Amino acid sequence: MNHDRYDDAYLRSILDQAKTIAMVGASTSWNRPSYFAFKYLKGKGYRMIGVNPGAAGEALLGETVYASLKDIPVPVDMVDIFRKSEAAGAITDEAIAIGATIVWMQIGVRDDDAAARAEAAGLKVVMNRCPKIEYGRLHGELGWGGFNSGIISSRRRRI
Amino acid sequence: MTTDRPTGFGFETRSVHAGASPDPTTGARNTPIFQTTSYVFNDVDHAASLFNLQTFGYIYSRLTNPTTAVLEERLAALEGGRGATCAASGHAAQILAFFPFMEPGDGFLSSRKLYGGSITQFNHTFKKFGWNVTFVDSDDPENFRKAMTPKVKAIFCESLANPGGVITDLEAVAKIAHEHKVPLIVDNTMASPYLCRPFEWGAALIVHSTTKFLSGHGTSMGGAVIDSGAFDWAQSPKFAGLTEPSPAYHGLRFHETFGDMAFTVHGHAIGLRDLGPTMAPMNAFLTLTGIETLALRMERHCANAQVVAEWLEKHPDVSWVSYAGLPSSPYHVLAKKYLPRGKGSVFTFGVKGGYEMGVKVVETVELFSHLANIGDTRSLIIHPASTTHRQLTDEQRTAAGAGPDVVRVSIGIETVDDIIADLDQALRSATRRNA
Ligand SMILES: Cc1ncc(COP(=O)(O)O)c(C=O)c1O
Repeated sequence: MNHDRYDDAYLRSILDQAKTIAMVGASTSWNRPSYFAFKYLKGKGYRMIGVNPGAAGEALLGETVYASLKDIPVPVDMVDIFRKSEAAGAITDEAIAIGATIVWMQIGVRDDDAAARAEAAGLKVVMNRCPKIEYGRLHGELGWGGFNSGIISSRRRRI
Repeated sequence: MTTDRPTGFGFETRSVHAGASPDPTTGARNTPIFQTTSYVFNDVDHAASLFNLQTFGYIYSRLTNPTTAVLEERLAALEGGRGATCAASGHAAQILAFFPFMEPGDGFLSSRKLYGGSITQFNHTFKKFGWNVTFVDSDDPENFRKAMTPKVKAIFCESLANPGGVITDLEAVAKIAHEHKVPLIVDNTMASPYLCRPFEWGAALIVHSTTKFLSGHGTSMGGAVIDSGAFDWAQSPKFAGLTEPSPAYHGLRFHETFGDMAFTVHGHAIGLRDLGPTMAPMNAFLTLTGIETLALRMERHCANAQVVAEWLEKHPDVSWVSYAGLPSSPYHVLAKKYLPRGKGSVFTFGVKGGYEMGVKVVETVELFSHLANIGDTRSLIIHPASTTHRQLTDEQRTAAGAGPDVVRVSIGIETVDDIIADLDQALRSATRRNA
């Protein structure tokens, strides 16, 4: 599939389908970008689990942080990769191995070979996007900050 | 609904709808005027998330307001940008455009063909901040390259310049800006996004005085800075304000955290928060209403201006007309490239008989309003030498395109025959009285 541009319907279905998200590279420092996204998505009702060998065993907003995806004792729907592109391939393979259904790579992160492997294994893939920004955009929140959502709708949004 | 067309919705559709879905709470179809200073927090943790910029939401209207946010999204959508920050006026928007990356001692280059108020703002007030402007003649874009120094952090110009129908070769200037890794900031006030979209030519930021054609009815002061999202602030150490830890936010790095949204987040979270030139929600509402008809008004403004300019060029009491829609204009070729849908409605002409005649014309009009604004539905007229440029010497006035014989008009959307009849009676009776 084309990974330069995603239909809103595709992103929406992914964000609806995911319930438990493992964020690889989640930081426990409040002023790091990964923490922002982690906290926001948790606030939207996702079960957020951090993966970060440097913080393994610590708690991140009430959930234990694990050293690797394989250590997470519960089923994971989506793996959110908050690491550089070079690390994305190995993490994608682990995501396939633990039975995740979605691999999401953050803004600036892209590995087309890894995406192809994940898609061949039946996973859905998003690259070079932020789930926090996409969630906010699709739910009418991005515009609150003066951003162009690209969405036009004459329907009343449910709150 | 999103469109499958890669370019998205058409301009007119975005003008009416972008940013403005029905209010989720009440179903109100038009954008409500959120006349409130502040917003209730759900709990302390929600407040903390908002103050830390970890979630989207409202705290206090100096930073963001739901009515103004609709206008910001609409302007970003019309220019094809990532985000926008509205301000109390066009001049405030110009400060917000430079503020994130300028430090005392830094410089920028600017076209010298600018709205006079901008020349004064750059020359005097910006210098008090230690922001040093160097003006260059933009008719030859290479002049920007020649004036480049390591301290230069941006290039500024107007797409269609006020007052004289001057057009900047945006693509050529943008290329020089890119080569030197600095943002090109374009004031698109006179063209409006209906006529020209500077991001398509490589601009990094756009500023507007929304006071003019966008609000369109002479009701509301306002301004905006729109970010393309395409300029990489991390490509050079010059933009530390956006890339280095911000002491005003506990070491947060805006560019790392917000990516292509960094400039607009900074515009609200630091620019508006600490400088304070916030647009009033009522003005945002009136500007939104104005923008709904932007395309229709600009079509008529330009059509009327073209007819009036052609008529003036043949008038026996007129010595010259500076309008890019006339083949006689040195900017006619650039106008075809950058303003294919119309050449704007603000231009200057010279009256035979100089200063005296200029004064008499503006004092004799009956339909035109004699005032210092542009971009109103009404036709407007001013004699710069006796008003806006009165403080200058004769020489400075001529250099600024405001010589003794210059009259500036902003052609409105009235019946064009009435506009012409009023100018004709004013020119004729001024000549008669002059004789
Ligand atoms: C081209 C241009 N830029 C900026 C401004 C300043 O805008 P404001 O008067 O809204 O501060 C003006 C106002 O005349 C203008 O014509």
